[in-house]
Amino acid sequence: MSIFVDDTTRVVYQGLTGSAGRFYGLRNREYGTRVVAGTNPRRAGTDVEGIPVFATVREAVSQTGATASCVFVPAPGVESAVMESAEAGITFIAVITEGVPAQDEARFYNRLLQDFPQVRLLGPNCPGIITPGKCNIGITAGEIATPGGPVGIVSRSGTLTYQALYELTQKGIGVTTCVGIGGDPVPGTTFIDCLERFEADPETRAVMLIGEIGGAEEEKAASFIGEHMSKPVVAYVAGATAPPGKKMGHAGAIISGSQGTATAKMEALAAAGVRVAKNPTEAGELMTEVVRGLAR
Amino acid sequence: MDLFEYQGKQYFARFGIPVSPGGVADTVDQAVTEADRVGYPVVVKAQVQVGGRGKAGGIQLARSAEEVRQHATNILGMDVRGHTVRRLWIERASEIEREYYASFTLDRGARLHLGMVSAKGGVEIEQVAEEDPQAIARLHINPVQGLSEQDARTLVERAQLEPEAHAGAVDILQKLYRCFVDGDADLVEINPLILTPDGRVHALDAKVTLDNNAEFRHPEWAEYRATEVLDEREQLARSKGLQYIGLTGSVGIIANGAGLAMSTLDVVNQAGGSPANFLDIGGGADAHVMANALEVINTDPNVRSILINIFGGITRGEEVANGIVQALEHVEIKAPIVIRIDGTNAEEGRAILQSHQSAQLISQPTMLEAAAKAVELANLAEARR
Repeated sequence: MSIFVDDTTRVVYQGLTGSAGRFYGLRNREYGTRVVAGTNPRRAGTDVEGIPVFATVREAVSQTGATASCVFVPAPGVESAVMESAEAGITFIAVITEGVPAQDEARFYNRLLQDFPQVRLLGPNCPGIITPGKCNIGITAGEIATPGGPVGIVSRSGTLTYQALYELTQKGIGVTTCVGIGGDPVPGTTFIDCLERFEADPETRAVMLIGEIGGAEEEKAASFIGEHMSKPVVAYVAGATAPPGKKMGHAGAIISGSQGTATAKMEALAAAGVRVAKNPTEAGELMTEVVRGLAR
Repeated sequence: MDLFEYQGKQYFARFGIPVSPGGVADTVDQAVTEADRVGYPVVVKAQVQVGGRGKAGGIQLARSAEEVRQHATNILGMDVRGHTVRRLWIERASEIEREYYASFTLDRGARLHLGMVSAKGGVEIEQVAEEDPQAIARLHINPVQGLSEQDARTLVERAQLEPEAHAGAVDILQKLYRCFVDGDADLVEINPLILTPDGRVHALDAKVTLDNNAEFRHPEWAEYRATEVLDEREQLARSKGLQYIGLTGSVGIIANGAGLAMSTLDVVNQAGGSPANFLDIGGGADAHVMANALEVINTDPNVRSILINIFGGITRGEEVANGIVQALEHVEIKAPIVIRIDGTNAEEGRAILQSHQSAQLISQPTMLEAAAKAVELANLAEARR
């Protein structure tokens, strides 16, 4: 099993004809993802190495049965791309594009919530989602992930997600699904959304959570874990030594006042029974212990 | 991007928010000219992006040209908590009956806009929040519907502003919200928002943080960019399109991805060292980007060793290795480089570096070993000085 996406997921790439969209669209197809369509109003009727390009998402859905969308369009066009997908009946939208204005994110997230509650939005500014061996939507290098479980991963950071996948692969541990929720101020999917799904997924038997400074999402995840999760969780929070008031790349990664420090997040997670690592390597080691300890 | 007070007020004025008439001055003579123009009495205000300028003597009332001259002379060049005052804002002095607080920002936890109004303005809002949280009226606003007139009225009533301030405050709140949304701000704050003895409400200060991601639809922000306060290293990095933040330690850091870069700072600290910077070369960085990054690090006189931590996803190992080799050929890198590469094409990258291995360029197999080595080299260099 997996969460959100699997080998039946049919994906349309909004921005397939752009350089990033083309590169990752083809890479994702090569991985085994059902990349069924691309959109670009000016290139309708053409194809990208056999992937048909349509003018609108609505046409792509009716012609190919696409159920998910992966958005690579430039930041100014993301809001209308997301709404176009939702209106066309797409139910899973992953926005890889970075640099989306916070006002746009706040608006389209809430518009989806009101008018299209069945839609799951991932990102913006995220690496995407991979169910190893079945479906890879986004920019994760698929070959570093081992299929099969028992570990589910949810992460706010792109490269740290790869690091985590790699550490587990080095130790021969498989992953059910790895979700990169992204570091933007208004993420469509939160830690808790993923933890809930992992808790309900029979094949996921342990969860790795990778957080970073800023906001209070890790603290909220900690209370959810304490109250609702039976499965063991290992966590790492990046930025323990980041200075306050400095944005560390991600719009979300900033310590303001006493809010959002890594120490506070790690303490909250530890108090909820989570095993907290002080670096990604240690997180891999702790997870190895957890997996070895799981009843067969 | 944070705006100076005078820029914030100019931004407010675009959205029709009443502010005091005033002008900008970079010299004592300009200050007098502006004061003569706006009319006495005036307030001479230091323009710095840090709190505490009032306590430092950076805000002074002047009743005459002589007083303006005297205060401007004192304030220009003054140090306010490490920030040197280079510019003044001269504005008509206001009579103040009451001082309020008003702001809009994004509540990330709720994924909604948050409006806050308080009858206790003029002091740090964090202090009010701590001592008397009831004194701050808060209202979540759905970004789809936006702030209605009724919402603004609710905020003003809950905050218990004086009745004579209600109409003016409701009007300003609606304009401030438009400034927040259409102006693409992360934060708009008026503290104090004042009520004058003759019953007018207006903004006596302005704090505006703009969302850098929205710059593409605001060509007018270019003038704010020009006055941004950055240190030299940050300026060089920006001109090369790198995400760089200057710190005070001795280990220069280059990593790909914000999370991995932060994590690299963590492991350097855990190994007993201290990072000189945060530098994220981003995804898909090629040889050219790597060479630029090394050049920026190289300008920092405190750097004793350089740690390059790359996990290839989009970024490819051999590109990174080629960049380092090229940079070493073109730039004289002062500090030794320790590098760890994993992920996409890591082996090709390591092979390239292997043939250039020296005391100046050391490969390590893991992130932790690389951090330990970089810290060891930095400490060694420090001890030799």
